[in-house]
Amino acid sequence: MKTVTKFWIGIAVLIILSPLGLIMPEHFKAGAAWGEWGADEMVSLVGYIPNGLEKLSGLWSAPLPDYAFKGWEEKGLPDLSLAYIISAIVGIGITVLAVFLIGKMLTKKDN
Amino acid sequence: MHIPDGYLGPTTCGFFYVVMAPIWAVASKVVKKTLKAKQVPLLAIGAAFSFVIMMFNVPIPGGTTGHAVGGVLVAILLGPWAACIAITVALVVQALLFGDGGITAIGANCFNMAFVLPFAGYYIYRFISYNSPVNSNRRVIAAGIAGYIALNIAAGLTGFEFGIQPMLHKTALGQALYCPYGLNAALPAMLGEHMLIFGWVEAIVTALVVKYLQKQDPGLLEEGRM
Repeated sequence: MKTVTKFWIGIAVLIILSPLGLIMPEHFKAGAAWGEWGADEMVSLVGYIPNGLEKLSGLWSAPLPDYAFKGWEEKGLPDLSLAYIISAIVGIGITVLAVFLIGKMLTKKDN
Repeated sequence: MHIPDGYLGPTTCGFFYVVMAPIWAVASKVVKKTLKAKQVPLLAIGAAFSFVIMMFNVPIPGGTTGHAVGGVLVAILLGPWAACIAITVALVVQALLFGDGGITAIGANCFNMAFVLPFAGYYIYRFISYNSPVNSNRRVIAAGIAGYIALNIAAGLTGFEFGIQPMLHKTALGQALYCPYGLNAALPAMLGEHMLIFGWVEAIVTALVVKYLQKQDPGLLEEGRM
């Protein structure tokens, strides 16, 4: 088998395993990454929400926030894991497509 | 390490967009010159790998989470300029589609993870593995050390960018406007957790894949292809 094919299989395996990135932090009671807190966490950490931060944080409304579907915040880990895998497939699909397009543009040698 | 919207003030955000613009331009130029059409799938795999490895949040029990970037491996296989493009695409999709990293911080996040990280990792790897045979253990160790140091440099930079915000932006009453933590808190937090845990993930992933490729397809590890 060609190495590139094996790499693609490796990516697929990683996508299927990706919910570990959701389940492990939950299991070990780890919170957000440092500097990536939401509004509630910010208030409990420093007692207030910095004014500029509050304004800018709502600037962009992502279609799949935090690799989940909107309104799924209260769902359990199995549902969130499924959403996580779907997010990985969608995100990686678009990423791969974009790189192929860029690659095509860049490898078109002008004569 | 994905700085969200609101943590960096407009000055910092603008500064890093201005810094990244010529870097992206040079990256396109270099890659246009060196990338062969048959290497495009590998570039796409590099971006996909970086994307998915960043989804593996590793916990510090009772504390924060973090992750590897995979960018050092992409730089070893395709060169740092191609890695810059691959990781940039992954970061932009993560910001736009999933709100992972702010859109105002795309410049800063790309500077840390798509520029400094692959370049630091690539040159550390080249320096340590200099003149060693492609199948040598020194290559594996070089890949691990490069992964560890490069991720920590990127984390330190991120901590620095967070930490200068209180100095740059404050209300009349002394409240922070953006990231509320100064250098004395942000720098040790970002560096400490990456040196303790997340840096090792980047190190192990990078070293293991290089080790695997030595057996599977050593041609990919030959230098001077890109």
